[in-house]
Amino acid sequence: MNSISMIFITIGVIFDLFGCIGLIRLPDVYNRLQSATKSVTLGTCSILFGFFLRNGFGSSGLKALIAIPLLFFASTVAAHALIRGSYKFGIKLYDKTVVDHYKDAQK
Amino acid sequence: MRYVVLFIIMMLLWLAFTWNLQTPNLIVGGVASLLTAVLFGRSFLRNTVKFFQPQRYFWIIIYLFVFIWECLKANFDVAYRVLNPAMPIKPGIVKVKSTLKTDIGRTFLANSITMTPGTITVDVIEDDFYIHWIYVSSEDPKVYSRKILGRFEKYLKRIFE
Repeated sequence: MNSISMIFITIGVIFDLFGCIGLIRLPDVYNRLQSATKSVTLGTCSILFGFFLRNGFGSSGLKALIAIPLLFFASTVAAHALIRGSYKFGIKLYDKTVVDHYKDAQK
Repeated sequence: MRYVVLFIIMMLLWLAFTWNLQTPNLIVGGVASLLTAVLFGRSFLRNTVKFFQPQRYFWIIIYLFVFIWECLKANFDVAYRVLNPAMPIKPGIVKVKSTLKTDIGRTFLANSITMTPGTITVDVIEDDFYIHWIYVSSEDPKVYSRKILGRFEKYLKRIFE
């Protein structure tokens, strides 16, 4: 069980790393949020799940398990709020952006 | 009715979090859940009958597997785009129409879209979802609607409507 939990934690750390690389490499705030939400959320959830496997159905293991859905909702809603806020604030899209239907919805 | 359901959910969450059954802990949890139910019950689900229909739980489990699979795919997709030296991105914001009618269904659909490959919800106005897409593979509304929504909409319809 210990080694399985180690595998989960390692995968989580690797995905977190990918998310951070994306945060630096991608060109604008919208694309950066993509990598920041997806990779970092799954990476952190994987770490929490590995922790749960290590500790089992105890007080701390169960807390880690409940934190997973909470983290999912928190990070998706936060990403939504950030991306909408930066659009309303007027931050420009990347030069190579092909379509923007959202512009028509602004008054 | 929905106040009671919200109270029970909050109490269960509290018990799972604290993981002990002593009286002081139960009292604190009860008071906190009661406050939550009184303050936020207004914005909770309107139709609590849906909680007692077992087929919905069955679809939730199926949906969970679909969702985890999509989520894994999303992560490999992001990793590929980030690590590739040429960085194959072609971003854009597209508009898709959803047929879901309930607020909770729309919320879940928006959150699911955010977690799946290359898409993130920017805004929801009535039926229209504005979605930032990291690689716009086609500009035909039919094709991309199916690509973005098709995976989830049918399950969410069965769960929430």
